[in-house]
Amino acid sequence: MNEQNAYQSLAETTDHDDPRWAFGTGIVEEAGAEITSPVPDGVDPADLAAYCLMLGDDALVYSHRLSEWVSNAPELEEEVALANTALDLLGQARVLLARAGHLTGGDEDSLAYRRTDAEFRNVALAELSDGLDFARCVGRMLIFSSWRLALLHRLLGSADPVIAAVAGKGVKELTYHRDYAARWTLRLGDGTDESHVRMQAALDALWPYVGELFRTSDEERRLVGAGVAVDPAQTREEVDAVLDQVLAQATLTRPDKPSIGTIGGRSGRQGVHTEHLGHALAEMQSLARQHPDTQW
Amino acid sequence: MVISRAGATPVRAREAVAAVVDPEMPMLTLEDLGVIRWVDVDGDAVTVTITPTYSGCPAIEEMRADVRGTLADAGFARVEVRTVFSPPWSTDWISADGLRKLAEAGIAPPGRVGPRAAGPIPLTLTPPSQAVRCPQCGAAATEEISRFGPTACTALRRCPACREPFEHMKEL
Repeated sequence: MNEQNAYQSLAETTDHDDPRWAFGTGIVEEAGAEITSPVPDGVDPADLAAYCLMLGDDALVYSHRLSEWVSNAPELEEEVALANTALDLLGQARVLLARAGHLTGGDEDSLAYRRTDAEFRNVALAELSDGLDFARCVGRMLIFSSWRLALLHRLLGSADPVIAAVAGKGVKELTYHRDYAARWTLRLGDGTDESHVRMQAALDALWPYVGELFRTSDEERRLVGAGVAVDPAQTREEVDAVLDQVLAQATLTRPDKPSIGTIGGRSGRQGVHTEHLGHALAEMQSLARQHPDTQW
Repeated sequence: MVISRAGATPVRAREAVAAVVDPEMPMLTLEDLGVIRWVDVDGDAVTVTITPTYSGCPAIEEMRADVRGTLADAGFARVEVRTVFSPPWSTDWISADGLRKLAEAGIAPPGRVGPRAAGPIPLTLTPPSQAVRCPQCGAAATEEISRFGPTACTALRRCPACREPFEHMKEL
């Protein structure tokens, strides 16, 4: 197969060809090895599934928002970078959703494509539209990746082997995402007058969504005790230190903006979302809903 | 990195799997890349366990299909390809042969990563001053164009000496 190019490989058909390029390729389910691991002792499978959805939905929904930059980024290099970042997160999401599906009798595809917005458990920061404002894109990636990296390096020792495995790969990936975003924050913040103003405006717009990242849900609280989850509140100091370091060097001001409120104590982790999520899902799910169970 | 777990492994199955090439970097075999974890053989049934490079590596499905097809051609009727994520793949798993083949193909091979210290990951605000040698002319000082290249695992660099751009396989 050495002499073939990638397009020939795609077009090739052989006697033993099997279905590929479906909505989901079935890779994680077939893999089985880790997805079907037993639930750790003393853990409610419903809590574990919910936690996998939280971590998985953050990655899935944000991955979709990042992929919107494909064909829209200011330079080809950034387009490739954003697409690669989206792909890393999509990979993490697939494993986590497959784990949640295994625990609840579903699968990754039905979880990704057939839930309504109120059934998603991602934080609001993941679902916001960038409005194709590159400073917003950079600011969100800086905040999101600093936070997720702080979560994942703590989850390397999770009692759930799937979460630990996702963390093991994710730590390396998120380190790259955070460095990328931090360098662009420096470039824009400490760049021209215009880029500084726009980067600061982006942070000001994003800051109300930072507080939610450190809010602990009931499921997380119960799973911390079992050694499966980390308490997001515990990551605040580390994330703040990273953000302060970047903002100071970028000559940007840490915004002093109050967090968006909850509705009766409920927010993203409980399925209460901004109006942005429904629009994102409408696009993300449209093909799968129009052609249920299609493979090609 | 191909480990046989079965007692009487037909060498044929192992050799067939080891020779499958990476769909995105066809100068490397999957064995060179270090993604084959185990090959278990039981009669004409083979279970191959592979690990993805990056979580979302789109090439993994091609790898699975290529492994299945190669083994079918080699006469193994029942083939299962499983994926495991832990322990996470590292560029340190690329064989010495693989590093050499990358360089020969004009892709600067990754440096060694080594084990990671526990605790928070330090922020890198300036591009690392790692010495990535130009795979075309051998110049020592090259510069990064973009940290994300045409595949998930490569970055784009250029050489001021020979003015050629080249890919660098990122340390992971």
